[in-house]
Amino acid sequence: MAAVQTRSERALNRIAIAAVLVITLIFLAPIYWITSTAFKPRNLATTIPPTVVFEPELSPFVKLFTKRSQLRGVPTPEEYAAAPWWERMVFDGGEKIVRSGRGEVQPSGYPNRFMNSLIVAITSTLLAVGMGTFTAYGFSRFRVKGEADLLFFILSTRMLPPVVVAIPMFLMYRAVGLNDTHWGLIILYTAFNLSFSVWLMKGFIDEIPKEYEEAALVDGYTRMEAFFKIVIPEAATGIAATAVFCFITAWNEYAFALIMTNRRAQTAPPFIPSQVGSGLPDWTVIAAGTFLFLLPVAIFTFLLRNHLLRGMSFGAIRK
Amino acid sequence: MATAVMTSLDTKSRAASRGMSDIRIRNLFIIPTILFLIVFNIFPLIYSLGYSFTDFRASSNAPVNFVGLQNYRELLNDPFIWSNFAITAKYVIVSVTGQVIVGFGTAMLLNRDIPMKGLLTTLLLLPMMLSMAVVGLFWKLLYDPSFGIINYTLGLGSFEWLSNPDVALYAVAITDIWMWSPFVMLLSLAGLSAVPKHLYEAAAIDRAGPFYTFFRITLPLVAPILMIAIIFRTMEAFKTFDLAYILTSQPTTEVISIRLYKMAFQEWQTGRSCALAYIVLIMILAITNIYVKYLNKVKER
Repeated sequence: MAAVQTRSERALNRIAIAAVLVITLIFLAPIYWITSTAFKPRNLATTIPPTVVFEPELSPFVKLFTKRSQLRGVPTPEEYAAAPWWERMVFDGGEKIVRSGRGEVQPSGYPNRFMNSLIVAITSTLLAVGMGTFTAYGFSRFRVKGEADLLFFILSTRMLPPVVVAIPMFLMYRAVGLNDTHWGLIILYTAFNLSFSVWLMKGFIDEIPKEYEEAALVDGYTRMEAFFKIVIPEAATGIAATAVFCFITAWNEYAFALIMTNRRAQTAPPFIPSQVGSGLPDWTVIAAGTFLFLLPVAIFTFLLRNHLLRGMSFGAIRK
Repeated sequence: MATAVMTSLDTKSRAASRGMSDIRIRNLFIIPTILFLIVFNIFPLIYSLGYSFTDFRASSNAPVNFVGLQNYRELLNDPFIWSNFAITAKYVIVSVTGQVIVGFGTAMLLNRDIPMKGLLTTLLLLPMMLSMAVVGLFWKLLYDPSFGIINYTLGLGSFEWLSNPDVALYAVAITDIWMWSPFVMLLSLAGLSAVPKHLYEAAAIDRAGPFYTFFRITLPLVAPILMIAIIFRTMEAFKTFDLAYILTSQPTTEVISIRLYKMAFQEWQTGRSCALAYIVLIMILAITNIYVKYLNKVKER
């Protein structure tokens, strides 16, 4: 505020800095804990007092990706020496990796679910952002009858609880055979993200001066050419921010994935919790699955932090 | 590709020499989206409205009978449904209040000359970027009575967070507060940074105390954005499913979405669940309306 700070103001500022740091640490502690658990040997995951210092291991990830069975007896020293490092890690846990008849390592369900998550989230993001950009341009540049009502209608599609929409969607999908398919989820997530994409992109496109396209039109460009060659490049950062938001929503979605998929097209969010089951779950494996699943979102958040901040507060700052 | 089509049109007709007309482009850009949303949002709702008047069960091939308003009448007279709504209301109030306090408080702290402000803000955003389902899962590990780090750090011994019916709902709300306070913080921060600096300078010249400055300048100017954050969070908390469903299975945490899910996909009372979905829908619309009216009032001031 004022350039010259009094002593009490400086003290106050220091307290604020300390408080913010403490809050940040508290907020990050759960994420740190899951990350560290993902690299722990199984016997250290559930100790009291909690183990903070340990030698990180990759065994949770080996277990996450492979199908295993209980080891019968102890492997002979020759067997142990001949096995690759990742197999030895599983031996140490009293398990062995299941192989197919041809000696191939059998993968667990996780790699497949992770791929499904990628396919569904990326495709639906491309569709939602693509359609959203076109529609936002339409609303931003042309006169549309009942524009406010249409925009509100678009937004209102996002207000419904997913479970409410899921019941009729489940019945419709069952009737047309879209249950448990990638396209089934892609369509749902696109519909879900489209409203958001239109609103966000409209904000970004409204900021691009109309004169840019008008100049292009005078130069003999068609409206389409002006859109693709002038508006799209100008809106690139906005498109990127919108894409990340749509990706995160689709990547994290649980309710629809739980209801609409079971084997073939199931994504990771319903899969990881289903691995807890009853009895004593191996928390290191669950933590490893969670950690890998969080990774893309954490990277995106960090890379696009400035755009995210802008995108999120967009509607709020400019009314 | 679109341009190629247009150039071929150009050579054919002079009228189309400027490509498609603006009206055609506008329709081409807007209508598919509207149709898509109608087909995948409005149509299912109409479809389920029809089923809500029947005794349809998606798990059996029994003939479907029209039962009129019977589903609605039974649901509205069912004390269990009302207790689900009461749980939801309690959950919404606790978690939204918590988020406003933590989120707005953090924003007030951050709205100063703080080194690495951008980095701290980004780090604080991380929880809300994660999947509710996965967050629920790893909080289950943190809450574990015998080896969870929460009990260990707070020195609570083997306190039961999730299997104690009196505490479970608060445990879910705490996780929700952890996850979504950053959202409130972000919007509040946007609001706080938009408050004109000269107002504070004027207040300082008038020797106004910090409380006066806060209640007469800061709060009224941030109120509209804070209200938007509260609306969003209330709607979302009302819809809660993932977090509560994964964290516990206590009857005291059975929010309305979980009841709805169980009715539809475990008990397979499809017709009845469609009716319940409509009751929920009407409630959400009513709450939104109240909020929007209140928001407009706040803005006018």
